[in-house]
Amino acid sequence: MIQHVTDPVLEVHDLTVSYQRKPVLWDVDLTVPKQALVGVIGPNGAGKSTLIKAIMGLLPLNSGYVELFGKPLDEVREKVSYVPQRESVDWDFPASALDVAMMGTYGSLGLFRRPGAKQRQLAMEALEKVGMQDFAHRQISQLSGGQQQRVFLSRALAQDADLYLMDEPFAGVDIATETAIIELLRQMRETGKTVVVVHHDLQSAQDYFDWIILLNMRLVASGPTDETLTPALLEKTYGGRLTELSRVSELLHKKNFPIRETKPPRK
Amino acid sequence: MSTLWDFLSMSDANVRYVTIGSVLLAASSAVVGCFTVLRKRALVGDAVAHAVLPGVCLAFMLTGEKNPLILLLGSFLTGWLSLVVIDVITAKSRIKEDTAIGLVLSVFFGIGILLLTSIQHSGNENQSGLDKFLFGSAAALVGQDLITFGAVAVLLLLSVLLLYKEFKLLSFDLAYARTIGLPVRGLELLLTTLTVLAVVVGIQSVGVVLMSAMLITPAAAARFWTDRLGIMIVLAAVMSAFCGVAGAFVSFTAPAMPTGPWIVMLLSLLAIFSFILAPKKGLLARYLLQRRLRRQMTRENILKTLFHLGEEKGAYEGSYSRAQILERRQQPLLRMKNALHTLRRQGLVKESPSGWALTPTGKKEAQRIVRLHRLWELYLTQYLQVASDHVHEDAESIEHVLTPELEKRLEELLDFPTADPHHSSIPQQP
Repeated sequence: MIQHVTDPVLEVHDLTVSYQRKPVLWDVDLTVPKQALVGVIGPNGAGKSTLIKAIMGLLPLNSGYVELFGKPLDEVREKVSYVPQRESVDWDFPASALDVAMMGTYGSLGLFRRPGAKQRQLAMEALEKVGMQDFAHRQISQLSGGQQQRVFLSRALAQDADLYLMDEPFAGVDIATETAIIELLRQMRETGKTVVVVHHDLQSAQDYFDWIILLNMRLVASGPTDETLTPALLEKTYGGRLTELSRVSELLHKKNFPIRETKPPRK
Repeated sequence: MSTLWDFLSMSDANVRYVTIGSVLLAASSAVVGCFTVLRKRALVGDAVAHAVLPGVCLAFMLTGEKNPLILLLGSFLTGWLSLVVIDVITAKSRIKEDTAIGLVLSVFFGIGILLLTSIQHSGNENQSGLDKFLFGSAAALVGQDLITFGAVAVLLLLSVLLLYKEFKLLSFDLAYARTIGLPVRGLELLLTTLTVLAVVVGIQSVGVVLMSAMLITPAAAARFWTDRLGIMIVLAAVMSAFCGVAGAFVSFTAPAMPTGPWIVMLLSLLAIFSFILAPKKGLLARYLLQRRLRRQMTRENILKTLFHLGEEKGAYEGSYSRAQILERRQQPLLRMKNALHTLRRQGLVKESPSGWALTPTGKKEAQRIVRLHRLWELYLTQYLQVASDHVHEDAESIEHVLTPELEKRLEELLDFPTADPHHSSIPQQP
């Protein structure tokens, strides 16, 4: 079940991505509608984070391309915001919550220019939206896991984008934070934003998202929640990996074969 | 004393040069070093420092003179080359980065020593002083050398000042920096170049062997005193500059003394000092905090014991001897004595000939602790399904940590209970 939409916010076309010379995503082809809360669901090692990173241009592609708002990423960077996994950074870094939120404004500031009162204001507002205004000056290592996640969100909010890609924003956060975050995401959808979230809890996926992408090394399904979260499709997603696919991946890695004979054309 | 005055008055032009040079070199390498440390590339700095030696020697061999610009160029090139080699080895082979760094460091340094030895035996009289690059010599920082190296140091400081925000983001979250369209590759290249430059100019004062200490030590020491990157950088620069001047002073008073080792030794002392004495993060502060908490726990336990004794009798005003308290709760006598005196000073207990008794405020405080203890026990049995005979030990430590906020939540969760799992009543909030 792969449903395509016209005029998509995000289009992934024939995408193959590998990690350390091992393909982890094969020929993914999908579109995401405007103003949706999209869940990327799949078992461990299914390539969920890889998909997000590939969309954000953080990984080299073996084949295919990604278009956002009908354009390549470089032309629309200020409209797209990325929230990495919380563990991807060292929280012992000498910075306060406000410092991190302020980083969301760096993109629009450009090189050399220093953040000023306006950027400070934007960052404070972003912190308020996630309920972290009282912790603005706290060193980030002194925050709880849920609070650190909120700070990461506030950084993305300060960027004021139209499309948000979030890698596991609910991982290791308490219930209160999770509820607060999902409430915020819903508000964002109401104001016309699209949010793509990597998520691994099936139970909550049902009522969090209106569009679901099921992944397990390949795209299993992409479409409205009630049509994708079906027992048959879930069985296909979680019912073990396609052994042949994993074997071929291993072979490519071990024998040092190229994953594609030609590089994808630069768009 | 008069030597110190001679030095500080800077009446001697030579002293002035050496001091300015030392300050600039030390400060610039400390500033760049902050980013090296935060990006967890401390060892890379060490490799570069060792790898500049062959560059210095080659530059000298090719030109036959000690032109600072040429030497700088040579050392810059081999320093850079070493980084490229490390990257290539890590990317193209199964050798991990730490091994690659170790390999590159020793191979480049080995070649450098080889070249240096052969220069020393070549009979070229220009070569005297080239071995200064091993341990550095701030005293040699005069004339054109100073201008060249000083200019590079100023350039380093300016670059960091201009690109502070970019370097900060790069060091904290590289992936995010890329997604917002920062030219990450270029910035990384620049930061690497700055590191190599810092090393190249820094070896003038401390030499290749000790150079990595100039990069890393000030940053590590400064990190203990602050949680803000800006302050950390300034602090590192100031500490390093101070040690640079001190090192220059040493070589001023005793020309036989090697400058580099002196600067590094002073820096290390500063780092050890920071490690022990820094507020909050220092060893001493952490020890004192722990001791304070332990004492607080002892005091709270005594209040609790007095409360329990009173509970048995149904009257809380009674006095109890130390032996009676000890009977209920084993603890070192001295620690208990100290705790009782503090409690009396706080007005929580009073002493009479028959022993120690709770004051009304003391009773309230004791009640609070017993309450938290019993609430926690109840929470464990109800929400974690812990057997009621296993919950006491747990609550013994948790009672000291629970905040009023958590207390309120527990109460609500447990629906304002009146009795704990052992059917003792839970004292209500006054």
